[in-house]
Amino acid sequence: MSELFNQITIVSVVSLGAIGSLAALVLYFVAQRFKVIEDPRIDAVAEILPGANCGGCGLAGCRALAEAIVRNQSLDGMSCPPGGDGVMQEIAALLGLEASASEPMIAVLRCHGTREHAPPKVRYEGLMTCSFAHSLFAGEGGCPFGCLGCGDCVRACQFDAMYMDTETGLPVILDDACVACGACVKACPRSIIEMRRKGKKDRRIFVSCINREKGGVARKNCAVACIGCGKCVKECKFDAITLENNLAYIDYGKCTLCRKCAPVCPTNAIHELNFPPKKDRSMAVAQPSEA
Amino acid sequence: MKTFRLGGVHPPENKFTANQPIEVLPLPELIAVPLAQHLGVPAVPMVAKGDQVKTGQLIARGEAFISAHVHAPATGTVTKIDEITDSSGYRRKSILIKTEADQWADGIDTGTELVSDTSHEPETIVQKVQEMGIVGLGGATFPSHVKLKVPKGKKAEYLIINGVECEPYLTADHRLMLEKCDEMIVGIRLQMKALGVSRAIIGIESNKPDAIEKVRRTLGGDSAIQVIPLKVKYPQGAEKQLIKAVINREVPSGRLPIEVGCVVHNVGTAYAVYEAVQKNKPLIERVVTVVGRSLSKPSNFLVRLGTPVSALIEAAGGLPGDTGKIINGGPMMGKALNDPGTPVTKGTSGLLVFTGAEAGRKPVQHCIRCARCLNACPMGLEPYLLAQLADKQRDEDCEQERIMDCMECGSCQFICPSGRPLLDQIRVGKSRTGKMIRERAS
Repeated sequence: MSELFNQITIVSVVSLGAIGSLAALVLYFVAQRFKVIEDPRIDAVAEILPGANCGGCGLAGCRALAEAIVRNQSLDGMSCPPGGDGVMQEIAALLGLEASASEPMIAVLRCHGTREHAPPKVRYEGLMTCSFAHSLFAGEGGCPFGCLGCGDCVRACQFDAMYMDTETGLPVILDDACVACGACVKACPRSIIEMRRKGKKDRRIFVSCINREKGGVARKNCAVACIGCGKCVKECKFDAITLENNLAYIDYGKCTLCRKCAPVCPTNAIHELNFPPKKDRSMAVAQPSEA
Repeated sequence: MKTFRLGGVHPPENKFTANQPIEVLPLPELIAVPLAQHLGVPAVPMVAKGDQVKTGQLIARGEAFISAHVHAPATGTVTKIDEITDSSGYRRKSILIKTEADQWADGIDTGTELVSDTSHEPETIVQKVQEMGIVGLGGATFPSHVKLKVPKGKKAEYLIINGVECEPYLTADHRLMLEKCDEMIVGIRLQMKALGVSRAIIGIESNKPDAIEKVRRTLGGDSAIQVIPLKVKYPQGAEKQLIKAVINREVPSGRLPIEVGCVVHNVGTAYAVYEAVQKNKPLIERVVTVVGRSLSKPSNFLVRLGTPVSALIEAAGGLPGDTGKIINGGPMMGKALNDPGTPVTKGTSGLLVFTGAEAGRKPVQHCIRCARCLNACPMGLEPYLLAQLADKQRDEDCEQERIMDCMECGSCQFICPSGRPLLDQIRVGKSRTGKMIRERAS
């Protein structure tokens, strides 16, 4: 009985071992034959990148950016908003390339239609997403350009750089957390959020409104709408402000942050952020509740 | 009794105004006529500020293939052509007219005697319908002349007339069938002639026995036009469901009724066709039901287009203090109005005033997998799944699950015991998926 048992054991061990070695041999040659040769630098570059896969570079994720950089052997036109220049310098050093310094950017909300400035006329109780609300109606405050306040941008942000202010009904962007990946810009159905230069000491001046209606109409819905009066355009000595379709726009490339435009705006639509307070004009409007 | 097979729901009917005869609403001082009152490209204005217009005069041309003319609903002076807020709060271009006493444009027969001679050429009928700016009055406002031209290679067998009015509360079509029956039937005969069909079927839900009786009696011995009473079920007034109910044919996914040899028109459209062809009268007025539990005088009004909604509500007894919502259309598919100052357009079939308590939504709870939405969907879709896929932005899967077949009847959301915003989510997914399909095609 035990002899038979031994025999079965030996046969099975030997035969399975033989099959195993044969398969290993086949697999070894197949692996050699179909070997994928990948540039080890891709891994090295991907290692440096933050790994957030936010898509801020315009590619599908961090690995896609690493592949593109190694393939092109150049950093032209490539950027990693969350990593910033530090990461690009590191990659440049690794690959022996030149990294051009990019200007730090930040998301800016160009609407200040708070519940106080643009009082709600109707109440919305449908699906709380901006894209749906946008397809249904102009918004609780009535401005067809203004923030709907359902938070599509906040949900799109992967860096916890935004939250909804329940008081004002507007999203708030946190200066320190925003990496300028642009996810919120894409998520907003009304294109209210803009990427702007972060500015010296985080100082920024911008028109916080995108309403292109005639002044009177815009003003009817919102007390702080840009009415397209053109006073700021006249005031600006650097040709940084343009007026188109009843809406002023400050070109951050030309703006020198001289702060001349903000005081002349009759509706306080021009916002100054992170400036020391001025003596005469209250900054209550210009400084939205920054956390 | 016949009905469609798949899905459907039974919302409370609440047809409070079924016995209210149609009243003519007096002209307001100022009317605003939007240039886009139809599906398709907005019409192009032909008048300028300061112009004098006569009632029924052409004031904006629909020049694109899918577009419709707009006529002056009243005599008066054009005060301006400007953007005014429409029912959604967005601003749309409109012609504002300060009204005076009616002075009809040349060639319009304002008499009430019946003109039953239908010996027109089919082309003449279609042309007249186009000239007079007739659009589908069931609510979709698709330009009627486009539907009356049978595309090459297709043949129409049946003209189906939609007298279902399956939306709760609304009674505009019901009253029209009772009060303008003779005219409507002449209109149907004209449409049959234009389409070259020998048979027409009028589908009427059985909750309107007086209308069924009246239409049958008026038809007399005419065997070409048949009345089919239908079992009450929402959304029977939808084209595909109505075709299924009356002749048991199924329109394939993504196709038009002409695929199965049918053309569907609303009873209101049939009446408008009569007025256009026999009386030379453009589409400048329509019947609007103004109804609500809290309204003191709910009524059916014959209203000139461009009249502000507030004037209708005033005539129905004024806006009650506890109003929560004014809905443009029926409770199932209508849209809440942003502003009572918006004008009545060709597509306004009713105005529904809900109290705050009626208007509120149920609190949203979790999906309990009861599958009631599956059983309710008249298109055989899986609303809970579509809503989830749409929420996760899985557009390709949405397309696979036939999200584009959804006609947004709202049966799923109505039946959902958890108060989930199924239709809202599906609408988001539908617009995303539609965009994806259009981009792929271009």
